[in-house]
Amino acid sequence: MAAYEIEIILNRQLADCLSIPVFITDTSGNLIFYNEPAERILGSRFEETGEMSVETWSTIFKPLDEQGVALPPEGLPLVKTLGDQHPHHRTFWIESLQGKREKISVTSYPIIGRTGTFLGAVAIFWEAKDA
Amino acid sequence: MIVSLKGVRGSIPTTGSETSYFGGNTSCVTVQEEDWFLVLDGGSGMQKVTVPDTSIKRVDILLTHLHLDHIQGLGFFKSLFDPSMEVHIWAPASATQSLHSRLSRYLSPPLFPVLIRDLPCKLTLHDIANSSFEIGPFQIESRYIIHPGPTVGFRVNGGGAALAYIPDHEPALGPSGLFKETKWISGFELVSEADLLLHDAQFTTKEYSEKFGWGHSSMEDAIQLAFLSNVKRLLLFHHDPSHTDAQLNEIYSLLRHEKGGLLPFDLAREGMEINLG
Repeated sequence: MAAYEIEIILNRQLADCLSIPVFITDTSGNLIFYNEPAERILGSRFEETGEMSVETWSTIFKPLDEQGVALPPEGLPLVKTLGDQHPHHRTFWIESLQGKREKISVTSYPIIGRTGTFLGAVAIFWEAKDA
Repeated sequence: MIVSLKGVRGSIPTTGSETSYFGGNTSCVTVQEEDWFLVLDGGSGMQKVTVPDTSIKRVDILLTHLHLDHIQGLGFFKSLFDPSMEVHIWAPASATQSLHSRLSRYLSPPLFPVLIRDLPCKLTLHDIANSSFEIGPFQIESRYIIHPGPTVGFRVNGGGAALAYIPDHEPALGPSGLFKETKWISGFELVSEADLLLHDAQFTTKEYSEKFGWGHSSMEDAIQLAFLSNVKRLLLFHHDPSHTDAQLNEIYSLLRHEKGGLLPFDLAREGMEINLG
């Protein structure tokens, strides 16, 4: 069992201290950590689920545009960050499995370690100002 | 593998009768196997280090990081001034500066009168990060660990034994203690199953609660890390400069009472020598 790089661990330490939802993924998009505020969005607890594959966690909520049309994955900030290793930001709607809709803003950034290596990505979900 | 502790104090050297038992010199440990000689960190304890045999013509200095208490003895290490000696320094670079550039900030006027380029020995600098390398009979792993600035811990395998050396480390980084999942614990791979771990234990739990983010560990966290990783023996290292011998003995008695069943542990003491077989 390989340990996570220190830059990933420090991002989790930070996320643990924040009151905004934070999701941390590996370079493939697998969800390796989410903090307590993010548990409300996912509807599950990290202690119970542990890590989640990209296939599993990407289906837990559905991203929608202003008209309620489903957004393609490639339009989402985190997916973009995983693809190009750059930060991205976008405001959109999400619909949970229970059908509840919420307007959110998502900021994502890549974790580039000291050695210049791409190690994973972080997505921060903000409550949209005009929600 | 013979491990000798030349300096076990943290932050700044202490002198005087109140700290003379555990010692006042800052981090420095030597490791010998066959005719190969390693020096782990160049704190003030390094002034006591001499190459054990005149037939040894190579010394490898492994620096965990470049905070002053880990390099202040470097300029007083005799082998650096011996033209017949081959000296290798292995230490972390930063994201923007080479090891040479970073080390030169100390080994140059006005902080030190001699420039690196003027040292008479045959000197080679090695930038390391999350690295694996071999030095004679030693197989060495370095990994970044939690401490301000680029800082690594070392695992030295040699002679059938494993030594883990992490003198400055804050594995908990906050009030919640260590993560439950071991792959989320800084330094876990380095220390796992080690025969001997020298680990930062600068603070008591109460002191640590007022010093989150300073880069150091509580003694209890160090013990917990060693226990979780099945370390065979732990030496609590990098004593706070404000801790007198009497205070350290008192703290140790309490720790033995509360944690003594977890694994064998002691307070590191300057002058200790451990043969790991």
